[in-house]
Amino acid sequence: MATTEHEGTEVSGAPHEASFPPFDPATFSSTLVWLVLTFALLYVVMSKVGLPRVASILKHRAEQIRGDLAAAFKSREEANQAAAAYDKTLAEAKASSQALAQETRARVKQEQDAKRVVIEAELNAKLQTAEAQIAERKASAMASVGEIAGEAAAAIVTHITGKPADPAAIAAAIAQAKV
Amino acid sequence: MAAEQGIDPIHQFRVEPIIPIHIGGVDVSFTNSALFMLIIVGLASLLMVFGTSRNALVPSRLQSAAEMGYEFVASTIKTAAGTEGMRFFPFVFSIFIFVLFSNLLGLVPYAFTVTSQIVVTFALAILVIGTVIGYGVYRHGAHFLHLFVPSGVSPLLLPFIVLIEVISFVSRPISLSVRLFANMLAGHITLKVFGAFVASLLGAGAFAVIAPLPLAMTVILTGFELLVAVLQAYVFAILTCVYLNDAIHPGH
Repeated sequence: MATTEHEGTEVSGAPHEASFPPFDPATFSSTLVWLVLTFALLYVVMSKVGLPRVASILKHRAEQIRGDLAAAFKSREEANQAAAAYDKTLAEAKASSQALAQETRARVKQEQDAKRVVIEAELNAKLQTAEAQIAERKASAMASVGEIAGEAAAAIVTHITGKPADPAAIAAAIAQAKV
Repeated sequence: MAAEQGIDPIHQFRVEPIIPIHIGGVDVSFTNSALFMLIIVGLASLLMVFGTSRNALVPSRLQSAAEMGYEFVASTIKTAAGTEGMRFFPFVFSIFIFVLFSNLLGLVPYAFTVTSQIVVTFALAILVIGTVIGYGVYRHGAHFLHLFVPSGVSPLLLPFIVLIEVISFVSRPISLSVRLFANMLAGHITLKVFGAFVASLLGAGAFAVIAPLPLAMTVILTGFELLVAVLQAYVFAILTCVYLNDAIHPGH
């Protein structure tokens, strides 16, 4: 057994034990017994409690990560599908709106054409009436021109000759000039 | 100058009884060595049991350390002995954590280094080799002896090869235990000698001015010993895996 004379640092160098402490067989039995006890305890604690716990933590985390990744992939898939559906709806809406615009344009054009035809017809009718009136006025005016020319010719003849003119001769002369 | 003689670099390796116990004439006293073994087991349990008790998805520091230790040892076994070696995972992990904590704890001033006792490292080495032989024979029976007979060797050379293989196998527990023991012993003696040198210089009048030199050396050596402590625990664990691989796949 180691003696108590070695306590502290103030030990004189002389009474060293003969053997080098790590090779001192006197301590082997107790060291071995305690090593077996403590190592067995360590092994039991590690294999029954510590390591299974870490294993379950790591497994749980791996599962969590795998689950999260799967959920993320699923969400992405869903988002892609939603985007595709959105694009499809948008295209459909575009197409239908274009069709509607086309249709509306055609209808409006048709209506306008119909109105225009009516208005043109009215205008033509008015034009014809107006032309007829103009012709009538012109005719009546031309008729009056004969009378005025006769009166003027009679007055001129009376003024120059001093005697009334022959109406028949005047009318004949006017008719001749008119043609 | 009494202190100069009193600083004995070997004193730190002395096994002192704290509670003397004798059972049937065998000395099983609770010594400082046994105390530190208990502390090692306590610290390891603290790390692996208390550290993982919260079972957090995002680990705390302690839990992170426990997970790192777990994954480190697991990957070491898988690379050295394959997935079949995972049946020895608790065993290898216990050895690794025991040696690691013993080595690291030994660097704490006034602490006792359990792995600086040849009987401890040799017992661990015998445990490893015993497991290798036991499992090898249980698993493969006589086929386990093929470990010593490599295939594809000319019959002329075979006896020599077998002899060499046997010698190498027998020397494994010795090399395994002496490597760890000698590293710890030498490191601690060196540290102690340099530390003692600082104390001696400080007590030597004018020579006290050069005391920082061995002090710096002690600081550097402490860092180096930290590396050695971790490295030797790793070496012990990976060699355990390599030897276990022989038991699992004896045919080379």
